[in-house]
Amino acid sequence: MRHIFKDLMAATALASIVATASYADEPKKGGTLVTVLGSNVRNLNSAVQSGIVTGFPGAQLFASPLRYDENWEPQPYLAESWETSKDGLTVTLNLVKNAKFHDGTPLTSADVAFSVEVIKANHPFKSMFAPVETVETPDAHTAVLKLAKPHPALMLAMSGQLMSIIPKHIYGDGEITDVKAHPRNNENVVGSGPFKLVEFKNGEHVILERFDDFFIDGRPYLDKIVMRIITDPAARAIAYENGELHMGAFESLPRIINRLKGVDSLTVTADGYGAIGPLDWLAMNTSKGPLSNVKVRKAIAYAVDKNFISKAIMQGTASDSTTGIHPDSPFYAAQDGYDLDLKKAAELLDEAGFPVKDGTRMSLTIDFGWPGVKPQVEYVKAALKKVDINVEVRSSADFPTWAKKMGTGDFDLSWDTVFNWGDPVIGVHRTYDSSNILKGVWSNTQSYSNARVDELMAMAAVETDDAKRKALYAEFQAIIADEVPVYHTNTLPYHTVYNTEKVGNPPIGIWGTSTPIDMTYLK
Amino acid sequence: MNFLQTLLVRSIYAIILLLAVLVLNFSMMHLAPGDVADTIAQANGGADAEVLEAIRTEYGLDQPFFVQLGRYIGNVMQLNLGYSFYYREPVTELILQRLPATLLLVFSAQILALLLGVLLGVISAQKPNGMTSHFVTFIALFGYSAPVFWTGILLLIGFSLQFQWFPVAGMRDVTIEGGFFVKTWDVIVHLILPMITLASVFLALYSRLTRATMLEQLRTDYVRTAYAKGMPHRKVVYQHALKNALSPVITLAGLQFSAVISGAVLVEAVFSWPGLGTLAFTSIIARDTPTILGILFFSALVVIIGNLLTDLAQKLVDPRIGGIE
Repeated sequence: MRHIFKDLMAATALASIVATASYADEPKKGGTLVTVLGSNVRNLNSAVQSGIVTGFPGAQLFASPLRYDENWEPQPYLAESWETSKDGLTVTLNLVKNAKFHDGTPLTSADVAFSVEVIKANHPFKSMFAPVETVETPDAHTAVLKLAKPHPALMLAMSGQLMSIIPKHIYGDGEITDVKAHPRNNENVVGSGPFKLVEFKNGEHVILERFDDFFIDGRPYLDKIVMRIITDPAARAIAYENGELHMGAFESLPRIINRLKGVDSLTVTADGYGAIGPLDWLAMNTSKGPLSNVKVRKAIAYAVDKNFISKAIMQGTASDSTTGIHPDSPFYAAQDGYDLDLKKAAELLDEAGFPVKDGTRMSLTIDFGWPGVKPQVEYVKAALKKVDINVEVRSSADFPTWAKKMGTGDFDLSWDTVFNWGDPVIGVHRTYDSSNILKGVWSNTQSYSNARVDELMAMAAVETDDAKRKALYAEFQAIIADEVPVYHTNTLPYHTVYNTEKVGNPPIGIWGTSTPIDMTYLK
Repeated sequence: MNFLQTLLVRSIYAIILLLAVLVLNFSMMHLAPGDVADTIAQANGGADAEVLEAIRTEYGLDQPFFVQLGRYIGNVMQLNLGYSFYYREPVTELILQRLPATLLLVFSAQILALLLGVLLGVISAQKPNGMTSHFVTFIALFGYSAPVFWTGILLLIGFSLQFQWFPVAGMRDVTIEGGFFVKTWDVIVHLILPMITLASVFLALYSRLTRATMLEQLRTDYVRTAYAKGMPHRKVVYQHALKNALSPVITLAGLQFSAVISGAVLVEAVFSWPGLGTLAFTSIIARDTPTILGILFFSALVVIIGNLLTDLAQKLVDPRIGGIE
């Protein structure tokens, strides 16, 4: 089995700070990696800003306590070791002694305590550190997180871009809640990561340079990283092909992915996005009309052919997903899909009390938030026509227009893409939790409510035994698949593209490029 | 009415117009469902409900419409365009950072379109039914009717991929080391494809108009007289006829300037040109009201100043043109 999730909470993990994987090639030092960001950066400070665009520069500028390898095993990073108490209420981080910020100031446990406070107050994902009550700092290199309840999700939340340790002596000069607007979020940014900021010009580039006092000896391998901002996917594709870009991540257009796969000099891979966990699905508003009837929702699932979406629309670039958890996650429990069965769909609709009258059973609307998923939406309309459901496609002028409809429950069906963000507690619960109904976009916009599901999520959130936790999530996934508040169709096909001849050890772990690339090198 | 009076009355109109632009656009932005809190959530890959509420409170989006509008107009009166919701930078700073790149692109494209358009127009006017003329018409209409993003991608595939002569995107290659000339040359190399793309649209207008006015001029008496005196063909065409044919073309070029600026939005998007167009585009998508209004404010200002100068210049050149009663 590919994913062996370590016993996270009870075990004491002690490992050396040395590399996590072995490489065929000897890494070479030096050189400038030219890579790309697909949209403008709002904020470089990943302690107050989430998202994949901030994640890439953010994870180079700031270090986090842990990092994960490609098998979802936590590895030491700023914390050389860590332990969780038996009751799961205390997590102790033993920090490396030689970590410094880019301005030369040593990194201490006070910075960890400060960062947790800042993240709690400013980061958009409240669930990451909500149970953390205080952070004690018995000495300069020990940080003790005191929890109100056991919180296994903390492990993934301490990795990647999610827990960036920022310097207190720079960002602590005002109110904690003002850090999100701190002037040094975009210029003179100071972190302790492998690279420091040289220049950030929004709309043009982020330029990073090797930090010579990085706390891991001999790293990073690269001298410089140039992240160009190119928002047009077709222009990016040409730049990979003609060699202007060495590497890029988060490419998701099937046509472009398949074209780049045909280019000899490039490697194009879907590996490495498990923790980002991007999923495409058909959302169904369970609060009103025919869709409040589970039989109708099931009928729709039977009538919409995943195979068609996968082959014709995604052109073979996406993988099948059957639950709200990404297939690469150790918590994924595959469910029997709803294979195309028009007869069964018709039966279910009859049973639900929607017989064909004047050639139609019911009329529904379908929404979509960005032009890229229009083919899926048009397909759903055509597919449901076959079971005599009339579907009206509603376009939204832009993302906020659609977000408003979703956030206020003004829709029947909608195409949607939602990310897992590591642990299910962070990115999965929000979609199914009945206490999170209609709280803005990407909340429980389907108004789905099931007491057992709520209970399972509440138990899984505090379950310290890994096997038991998996079992809870397995039951959760089975119920979701059976009641279809959303019909899971496929993963969003994020791909990493890199020049095979030039780039050694590209970041293919679980966090895409939202992870330090201190081990990446130029051949 | 004298010169100063005209200027004064015009300035008062200009201020009223600017206010109207702001109030109208502010209201339109307000009418659209959803707001910047949603796009901030999008950039973050999601956000909890309390975070969304905090953003709305922070930016005063929870206040009634007239309170928001009043605050905004009050700030603008004090020449303060406010802070970008999305980038958290002063709007004026954001705009001024991007302005030079856009001006460079717009001016060079406009000059290229004018020079080439006039040249092609003159050439085709001399043999209006010849092969050259048809070819020029074809090229010009092709450029005019093809959408710029398509022309842009086509040029990229041709000259950045097949022949790797030009870079794909951006305005400069930051990995290049060198002095002023090396860096200037680098910008020029980056400029060529977007410039041609943007110019291709306006080439048709200028070449067609030049062709038409040239044909007209070539049939006039003074041209016949010049030929009768034994003046060489080139001299007649370029020194006599062209001079008279140019003035409507220049008027058109002035009128088209705002169209060139709006054309730049799409061209900038295709070539990742770091200008005002890209900023306008991303701000609209992000529902970043202060930035959008700031850009509109600047654009309106430019157009108003342009019109004012045109009016005044006309009045100076030709006293027969009346005041503004």
